[in-house]
Amino acid sequence: MRLLIYLSLGMMVMFLAFWAYRENYQTQEALRDVEKLQSEIGRLGAGIRVQEAEWAYLNRPNRLRELTELNFERLQLMPLAPQHFGNLEQVAYPVLPILGQITDTVELRGQLPDDEGDISTTTGQQP
Amino acid sequence: MSRVPLRPLARILSARQKGEDHKAIENENKHQRMLAARGRQRQMAEGRLLIASICFAAAFIAVGAKMFILSTTEAAEPRIASTDAKIYPQRANIVDRNGRILATNLSTYSLYAQPQMMTDPETSAVELAEIFPEIDAQKLLADFTGGRKFLWIKKKISPEQKQLVHDIGDPGLLFGPREMRLYPNGKLAAHVLGGAGFGREDVHSAEVIGVAGVEKTFDEFLRDPAQQGAPLELSIDMTVQDASAQVLQGGMKIMNAIGASSVLMNVKTGEIVSMVSLPDFDPNLRPPPTPAADPTLNPLFNRALQGVYELGSVFKTFTIAQALDSGLKTKDSVVDTRSPFVIGKYKIKDFRNYGTELSVEKILVKSSNIGTARIATEIGAERQREFFKSLGLLDVAPVEMVEAHGGRPQFPKKFSEISTVTMAYGHGIATSPVQVAAAYSSILNGGLRVTPTILKTPSVQPGPRVVSEETALTMRKLLRKVVLEGTASFGEVAGYDVGGKTGTADKPDPKGGYYDDKVIATFASVFPASDPQYVLIVTLDEPSETSSGEPRRTAGWTAVPVAAEMIRRIAPLLGIRPVIEPGPGFGIIQAKSSSQ
Repeated sequence: MRLLIYLSLGMMVMFLAFWAYRENYQTQEALRDVEKLQSEIGRLGAGIRVQEAEWAYLNRPNRLRELTELNFERLQLMPLAPQHFGNLEQVAYPVLPILGQITDTVELRGQLPDDEGDISTTTGQQP
Repeated sequence: MSRVPLRPLARILSARQKGEDHKAIENENKHQRMLAARGRQRQMAEGRLLIASICFAAAFIAVGAKMFILSTTEAAEPRIASTDAKIYPQRANIVDRNGRILATNLSTYSLYAQPQMMTDPETSAVELAEIFPEIDAQKLLADFTGGRKFLWIKKKISPEQKQLVHDIGDPGLLFGPREMRLYPNGKLAAHVLGGAGFGREDVHSAEVIGVAGVEKTFDEFLRDPAQQGAPLELSIDMTVQDASAQVLQGGMKIMNAIGASSVLMNVKTGEIVSMVSLPDFDPNLRPPPTPAADPTLNPLFNRALQGVYELGSVFKTFTIAQALDSGLKTKDSVVDTRSPFVIGKYKIKDFRNYGTELSVEKILVKSSNIGTARIATEIGAERQREFFKSLGLLDVAPVEMVEAHGGRPQFPKKFSEISTVTMAYGHGIATSPVQVAAAYSSILNGGLRVTPTILKTPSVQPGPRVVSEETALTMRKLLRKVVLEGTASFGEVAGYDVGGKTGTADKPDPKGGYYDDKVIATFASVFPASDPQYVLIVTLDEPSETSSGEPRRTAGWTAVPVAAEMIRRIAPLLGIRPVIEPGPGFGIIQAKSSSQ
């Protein structure tokens, strides 16, 4: 009996030692991973900052003004002026597209409820 | 009776056979056993002591070892704790009120040399001079061969330049990483931003420190890691700033001025939406301060904040506002304007003769010095001083920029009768345009004092009252009349209801007295006058408008058209819809509430 206890205790110690050993190395591996990821985040962050700086540089008002002047014929952009403000009524509704010729119609038969909830039978052709 | 075994049995039995007394043997044996037991106990106690001392020694050694390790090793960052921490740049960005970048950081490289490691200093020096035209090859070679162990060649180089230097292939030319400050918009808002330079530096990194403008004022904030890279939000609107600078640049050229400045301020919050000073500079290549004969001609000089000028008739607004507010006058009161008005040994004249009397309204509209001077004599020195003080005209503008302290207003220590009279129309007191903008805002926003600021402040605590709401309303109407009927007729911008006051002041000669042909022309304007939102101050230094053949220098001919063009450009950008001005007889009537 005593032997069995000693044996099982010994096994347990060995198992725990093995577990601790593995955990230790896994933790170290995870830490290395985190460090690597953090340095990558840092690198990408620096990259983003460079991109942002470039975006700001390319969108500087001076350059945009020169570009609109260069491309005036195509873009017709003007500095915003008081007369550019308008009323809502001045905005035209979009022209509705004219329906093309309806082809490939399928014959349908069904029932549509009218306002009172009664069902009336209609026949129609639906495209 | 109990039976006790006889010990040692063998010796006792043999002693008994011989007839000897076995007691002595027994006693001796007992004694020996006792000694043995005592020895065993002693050994055990010694063993326990040993274990205890080992334990204590181990504990002390552990503590000592830990202390030794702590004191001899460098501190490492706790890596597990910082898993969610982001990596922030060394210096935070500066952005405008809409979040567009005004200043940011960029990683780049510095170039340095270790001459003792160089293989071919002559060729390297020549090739470096080819890559960097501003470097002198001879001087560089002297440095390379002069026994120096280390020298900086360039503090900041571009990736292309780095590659070119790399191609020289000299092992003594080395690169170090650097963070540099980049102002992507070039000259835009240069005076506000200031600039940055390197502080303490070594091969691996360098400290970026602000040298002027908000970069210097907020140096600590920008470098504080606790802010987690939060940008510094300025009140500047980049688009408006650019449009203002463009208009002002053009205006300065047309009006042949040597310098110009403009300040656009939100009347309610005191935020400076744009601040331009010309000539300007590129903060990426901040020029070194040159000890010029006239520091105000230096491009680094911020005219809007550091430049204190006698701004002339724009001060009449303050005098009239005070007269109205104190109940001394109404806008229709009539004031004697017979010319000249003699006070002490001084004679005060008007630009033109405006007759024998004018109403207060007309005094402002026609800009009569005599009329204003007479009103000032009624106000008196003490009250005038208090009023100017309440508007912040006698103190340094509390703008969060280091340059603000350079713009200390100049005025006589003692407000005498004559100085009171001249200050009433803006002579004998020199202030910066920012201060005037804040003072106009304080009067026109309904009479609450505003504090000028360069930081985005969406809401502010209402300041102390400087004039009544009624006075503020009257002043708006009067300033509008100056544009409609008076000296600022070129200031009319259709739909924007501009009001304002011109000011033309002779420039003081450093040798004493005033120049005859050099003026500072100012237009202090507010728009829309019916519901003020922004105050714009435009100042031109030594303008002269020569389209008619004869030079015209008054603000009405110079500063006003520039300001009007500026309002035409920036008001739509600020999102103000042009309005059809309420005609005479229409408008909001102030009704007394029944509870009062």
